[in-house]
Amino acid sequence: MVPRLRNGDLMTSSRPGGPAPALGAREFGRWTWRQLTSMRTALMLLLLLALAAIPGSLYPQRGVDPQKVETYFLMHPTSAPILDKIGLFAVYSSPWFSAIYLLLMVSLVGCIIPRVGVYARALRGRPPKAPRNFARLPASATFETDASVDAVMVAGRRVLGRARIDVVGGEFRAEKGYLREAGNLVFHICLVIVLVGVAAGSLWGYRGAAIVAEGSGFSNSLTQYDEFNSGALFNAADMPPFSLALEDFSAKFQLEGPQRGSPRHFEATGNFTERPGADEKPFKIEVNHPLEIDGTSIFLVGQGYAPVIKVIDAEGTVAFNDAVPFLPRDATYTSTGVVKVPDAGPEQLGFQGFFLPTAVAVGGKAPISAFPAAANPLLGLFAFHGELGLDDGLPQSVYVLDKEKLTQYQTKDGKPFRLSLSPGRTADLPGGGSVEFVGLRQFTKLQFSSTPILQVPLWGISLGVLGLMLSLSIRPRRTWIRARREGSRTVVEVAALDRVSRDGLPTDLDDFVFRLQAALVSSPETPARPKDDL
Amino acid sequence: MTLADFANFSNYAVASATVVLALAAIAYLAEWGFSRQVSPVEVAAPRELVAADGSVIAGDQLPALPERSQVAGRIGTSLTVLSWGILLTGVIARGFAAQRVPWGNMYEFACAAILVVLSAYLVMVKVWKIEWLGAVVAAFGVVVLGLSMLVYVPAGPLVPALHSYWLVIHVASAMVAGSGFLVGAAASAFYLVKSRAERNTPAAERTSYIWRLPSSAAMDRLAFRVHAFSFPVWTFAALISGPIWAQYAWGRYWGWDPKEVWAFITWVIYAGYLHARVTAGWKGKAAAIIALVGFVSFIFNFVGVNLFVGGLHSYAK
Ligand code: HEM
Repeated sequence: MVPRLRNGDLMTSSRPGGPAPALGAREFGRWTWRQLTSMRTALMLLLLLALAAIPGSLYPQRGVDPQKVETYFLMHPTSAPILDKIGLFAVYSSPWFSAIYLLLMVSLVGCIIPRVGVYARALRGRPPKAPRNFARLPASATFETDASVDAVMVAGRRVLGRARIDVVGGEFRAEKGYLREAGNLVFHICLVIVLVGVAAGSLWGYRGAAIVAEGSGFSNSLTQYDEFNSGALFNAADMPPFSLALEDFSAKFQLEGPQRGSPRHFEATGNFTERPGADEKPFKIEVNHPLEIDGTSIFLVGQGYAPVIKVIDAEGTVAFNDAVPFLPRDATYTSTGVVKVPDAGPEQLGFQGFFLPTAVAVGGKAPISAFPAAANPLLGLFAFHGELGLDDGLPQSVYVLDKEKLTQYQTKDGKPFRLSLSPGRTADLPGGGSVEFVGLRQFTKLQFSSTPILQVPLWGISLGVLGLMLSLSIRPRRTWIRARREGSRTVVEVAALDRVSRDGLPTDLDDFVFRLQAALVSSPETPARPKDDL
Repeated sequence: MTLADFANFSNYAVASATVVLALAAIAYLAEWGFSRQVSPVEVAAPRELVAADGSVIAGDQLPALPERSQVAGRIGTSLTVLSWGILLTGVIARGFAAQRVPWGNMYEFACAAILVVLSAYLVMVKVWKIEWLGAVVAAFGVVVLGLSMLVYVPAGPLVPALHSYWLVIHVASAMVAGSGFLVGAAASAFYLVKSRAERNTPAAERTSYIWRLPSSAAMDRLAFRVHAFSFPVWTFAALISGPIWAQYAWGRYWGWDPKEVWAFITWVIYAGYLHARVTAGWKGKAAAIIALVGFVSFIFNFVGVNLFVGGLHSYAK
């Protein structure tokens, strides 16, 4: 029989699904290992991985959008905790998802190691002997020629070109396409490299976001972040000690046409220093063009308005004077925000309201924002007095007013008191004091991320694709020629076998035989196409 | 021509291409229909035959189709070529109208993707004679072009996050891979039908159109070829150029955004397909089903995720 050495054999030989032998621990261990590294298990694990990834796209994920998870909890108070228990809000770090890909990794490594050995031996091996009966092979042909057996062998070598060839007596053995298995191994090894690289990057990396208004600064330490995530092995002491100051942020929007109001260009400029005391350098960040400082990349991921608000309390002192970011809620930058004035006396003050960059009031209704750029800014605030609850010890969001111990100011007719301010305007508070909309600044939301050895997964997957292309395009093929003298003629038998069966083998053999005959020019007979006995 | 003229021209061109492609689909269907009306033909034995000039990649000597049926098939292919030409001008005009690459939103993506699908199909008709998939490809194109009207937006510039040449490369490679996946899925579906028929139909009853198609083994090989081409291209689109763009735009190359999740799922399913083809007990039927599931997940990623799931990528609507 043909010495078939299919690549998959190594893995399929374990006959998964067969009865488990009732044996000792050692044998059981071996048996388990063979099951785990079988081709069928690899396939099952792959399909299982695809299946397990689905819920992560249907339920909000903590690592992607924590706010959405909170909203989900509010909307589904009974089911959410159960879903949370089984990890549906953090699918990609859940034990079951991890189990599948870890098993796949183990299976992969268990698969690669023996195959590297087999491949190394195959590289040193010689092409196998010709099978006795060529007719049994998927493609074979016979013809007669006047040329000698030796001439046939020489012609075979010339026609076949690059291949590993042995000639033993009247038998010609050739094998080509060794690179296929190499490509396949490179691809699978690269998958391991990519996974290790990704894992390392996320274990030692960090990612955070901070809102920085024009005229304000940011220095790279944990307290300055509004959101922060880091890997298990990340150490805050290793954060590069840079700082930056945002001078100007510019946003351009489409002024006309059907896409009026769509964002067109965002740009943040300012200065940064790599470490305290170092020289200041200018920077410019645009969407898709991050700033790199000392292994940390800084991206522009959002923007909005930060009205500068000055509050004078009932005692006549300036209790607050700062730019307050209002978070945009829609495409026209209708924004909401909160001002907390803990230093006001005799009572603390709090404000909650909205900001409209281009306020338009139609028909006596409440004004709305008509355009995202600041053409007619309007600040609307409701005012509260009492205790802000900042000293309770619980962390508080700067965007939410805890109204438990606050009382809302009312107008004389019992409606909520509302301030409506354009830039430069001041309004008095019912309980004394005033609020001034001093001016308008913009803020930008910057994302900071550091992913060590970012290049490793990139090069891994790129090399992997090259291996994959080799693996999927190269056809390992064995070709045999047997020639023997019969009287004054030489009978030549040719056969070929693809180790990975693809189409075109009979056609290729046909062609090979034709060229072989043409090469035997010493033959007086004109080379004729072989009979179609394939 | 002004930008608005280009935009108008593009709209007319896309609409005409859709109509012509619909006619092509009808012609291909007529090819099926006409071939049913003839008496039983002698059908090649399941054994593979090779044309003397080696031109039939399928490895089968196909019984000739009746005259009328052949004409319908040729009309189908000609109309497909025509539709391709019109669509090409439409997509190019759209690019001029918007002054950028014409695949910045879902509508443009649909048009450009069908253009790539038709190009891929016509190339494969030339080299591998896959006209027998014409009805499926043309019908698919008509449906996608028709549905794309639902997400039509006038031509205009891109939001800043989409300004990246990685986007151009990423989207282009995704479309090329997708064209292969479509042909692969069609071939796998035909394979399932044909291999079932080969098992269950006695030789005397082998008269319908399906017996004029290549053998199930040849369909399986075609499916493998296109998947073997598309899988590395998809790997490049989903796992190389996509993450590079994401790294520039959002500061993380992979964030399990729904679009990324489904790109990954699609990739894993196709890896499963390539494995299934060499796994005992999974070759053939099971592998073909996996290929079809892979295509469903691919399509879901472009339609379902944009419309139903949302996420960062959904602004590309
Ligand atoms: C991380 C998961 C894996 C992925 C994404 C993957 C992907 C692939 C792909 C795309 C191919 C097709 C390329 C080719 O035919 O050469 C392939 C082939 C192959 N894989 Fe994997 N693989 C994975 C894990 C494994 C494991 C665990 C094994 C061990 C059982 C394995 C064994 C093989 C073998 C033997 C082939 C060659 C098949 C042939 O002869 O054509 N793979 N793999």
